[in-house]
Amino acid sequence: MSQLSTRHLLGIKDITADDIQLIFETADNFKEVLNRPIKKVPSLRDITIANIFFENSTRTRLSFELAEKRLSADVINFSSSNSSVKKGETLIDTVNNILSMKVDMVVMRHASPGAPHFLAKNIQANVVNAGDGTHEHPTQALLDAFSIREKLGDVAGKKVAIIGDILHSRVALSNIFCLQKLGAEVMVCGPITLLPKHIDSLGVKVEYDVQKALEWCDVANVLRIQLERQQIKYFPSLREYSLYFGINKRMLDKLDKKIVVMHPGPINRGVELNSDAADGEHSIILQQVENGVAIRMAVLYLLAGAK
Amino acid sequence: MQKRLVLDQQQISIILKRFCHQLIENHDTFDNTVLLGLQPRGPIVLDKIVRLLEEISGVKVPFGYLDATFHRDDFRRRDFPLKANETKIDFLIEGKKVVLIDDVLYKGRSVRAAMDAMIAFGRPQKVELMILIDRKYTRDYPIMPDYCGVKVNTLESQYVSVEWAEKGFEKDAIWITEKA
Repeated sequence: MSQLSTRHLLGIKDITADDIQLIFETADNFKEVLNRPIKKVPSLRDITIANIFFENSTRTRLSFELAEKRLSADVINFSSSNSSVKKGETLIDTVNNILSMKVDMVVMRHASPGAPHFLAKNIQANVVNAGDGTHEHPTQALLDAFSIREKLGDVAGKKVAIIGDILHSRVALSNIFCLQKLGAEVMVCGPITLLPKHIDSLGVKVEYDVQKALEWCDVANVLRIQLERQQIKYFPSLREYSLYFGINKRMLDKLDKKIVVMHPGPINRGVELNSDAADGEHSIILQQVENGVAIRMAVLYLLAGAK
Repeated sequence: MQKRLVLDQQQISIILKRFCHQLIENHDTFDNTVLLGLQPRGPIVLDKIVRLLEEISGVKVPFGYLDATFHRDDFRRRDFPLKANETKIDFLIEGKKVVLIDDVLYKGRSVRAAMDAMIAFGRPQKVELMILIDRKYTRDYPIMPDYCGVKVNTLESQYVSVEWAEKGFEKDAIWITEKA
């Protein structure tokens, strides 16, 4: 197989384990390209990609843009803060206006869950979801699993604990789908108020004690507390959250094994992750960022390649 | 299916030895020479050449594998993208003499893509092409081998299948086969 089963990447839920393996194998090749003296290939030189970001983003947007440029695509960037969206334009009008400039692919981040699915039904271009509200963030899950595969050799059979604000996290949901499709065991851990009701129906273990979660897992994927999405108070204070759910080096050293610590960024240092753990020997946070470019190159290449 | 034998194991072995002697003649001590096998089928020829060269002259020539998938000119013109293979080149080719090695030369498009891909590792001083089978009168690009095993006449409806003992075949052999 050298073709994805889909022409859009909207979520991990919609793709197969074979798709994920193909993306990983292609990303291996692109990772090698990124380590060459000239880190660029001409594959997408006749493709124009629009990065449409209705929500703030630093690393995802930079990572997509770099991936597109490394593939020689033409790139246009759009962010809602300085656009006609402020003047009341609808999503479909905004995107159709961009597409009438002969754009082949759209990478979109939007605050509403399902926005990229709506777009995919209504436009011709390939759509890549770069995060839709609290729903999915497929490329982040792919790069997380790719980083685990790189560090531990395989994802299948590994125990991964996702720790933190699961309720507001699109990374958590995509990670759960992706890791389970690849045969890993998944646990979620956080304060009860930040775990969605019925999360166990996804087949994940639920744990409220972070030390127990660390003892169980091979990989701890620590998520950011998303204060900007929290309309009400879910815990008394950041200090209290940090005391009960924050991870530091002392906790990692106490374990009888060496686990891998990940974080999708941006880190709230001293809240969910202390600096000594974020920058320590357990951490592969910077490798995740590096792998993000290779994974996004693979996704864009495979989606664009179909006739 | 009709098959015609082009080269048997002994003939292939003679050609590979000839290649090595021609390389020694042209590259002397191989001080400034590197060999690159073009993925996916060039590396197997390359590995044999490297081994033979060491046996004959005792030199270990630096070598690598080059994949040109991302540089092909038929991307988005096929029904689905080609799967890439590993590129493994642990050195720069800046100022080097490079010998590109593949099994069959047909349209010349893969070699063009490979030369494009190769430039990412530096500007070579000189590039040569070594090919086991040259399919005559089929070229789309002005590309000719410097080292050639045999030239064969083929039709568009035929393909050249290269069988290696290492790949599970009974013995090394090269055939011309009618496409199914």
